[in-house]
Amino acid sequence: MARKKGRMAQEVNAGSMADIAFLLLIFFLVTTTIASDKGVLNILPPKQDPNQPPPEIKLNERNIFNILVNANDQLLVEGEVRQTTAGLSDEIKSFLLNFGAPDEEAQALFNSLPASLRNQAERDSRSSDHPMAGGAVISIKTNRGTSYERYLEVLDIAKRAYFEIYAERVGITADQYRALSGRNAAEKELIDRGKEGIPMAISIAEPDKIGGGN
Amino acid sequence: MSKFKKKNKVSENIPTSALPDIIFMLLFFFMVTTVLREQEILVEQRIPQATQLQKLEKKSLISYLYVGAPKDASRYGTEPRIQANDVLIGTNDIAQWVNQERDKLSEAERDQITISMKADREVKMGPISDVQFELREVDARRVLYAAVGRVD
Repeated sequence: MARKKGRMAQEVNAGSMADIAFLLLIFFLVTTTIASDKGVLNILPPKQDPNQPPPEIKLNERNIFNILVNANDQLLVEGEVRQTTAGLSDEIKSFLLNFGAPDEEAQALFNSLPASLRNQAERDSRSSDHPMAGGAVISIKTNRGTSYERYLEVLDIAKRAYFEIYAERVGITADQYRALSGRNAAEKELIDRGKEGIPMAISIAEPDKIGGGN
Repeated sequence: MSKFKKKNKVSENIPTSALPDIIFMLLFFFMVTTVLREQEILVEQRIPQATQLQKLEKKSLISYLYVGAPKDASRYGTEPRIQANDVLIGTNDIAQWVNQERDKLSEAERDQITISMKADREVKMGPISDVQFELREVDARRVLYAAVGRVD
């Protein structure tokens, strides 16, 4: 008598499905590198015409904040040797907000600043005239032997001073200001209001060739 | 006589039948977001730290340039080299590379090309400034120094 055989199990055993999925999940978790396109933005100066010497721009020495970095990563800030960058950001900030000899336009800019920024103006006649175009320049000069890390650190500090001023002007924190994308009109307006009249004047000089490097 | 009768036991095991679904969901998320590296990086890449990071809006405008000491020192030496796409190039080839990258963009966006410079922290300023000089020559002046955030 042909008895029907015991019915084959109709369901596939899915108990190990979670294990397989876990395995794959862990693989992708490990291999994923969430792409980060973050960095310090810098606009290089336009190229020099070899036939035309660069235009001589008359800038008073007091309007330039000189930062030199040598091949041993030591700093020379306004003629003063230092080993670390501690406190440099605040110095740049007070240099920019000095308003030593503002002309009419700069005085109007000064009056438009919030009181917290106005209070930082030291009005020192030996420091920058005003932070508007042609008023205060941060000059960073490196050597060919300076490490890239140190250069980026100094550039970072200079940018930080500017961003702090911009952010304080519109009443947000520097982190919030940097995160503004300008995608919508409100953000764009905020960005423009922050930097209006205070252009980022960070001059990066060609590194000199003496000492180390290649 | 015990007044407090033990309540019937609460079933102890959590139903795990939905677990595979949850795991699969996570799995699909990571599969979709993963970008497998399409190029092999031939140079050392220890990206320096910085605090004032900015994010760029349009990724299509970014072209990457890697600078660092070659990983394979026996073949390429120990001096810092520049990598574009998947080959090591010399400083003279940067202009050509930038023009190629620029041709990939639409007409209106060509002047907005941004070079993301992924340089190793051990590199000296010499090679970096050579690269920057070449970029100035071809008028690709927007440079993003790739950096990772630092908490201080």
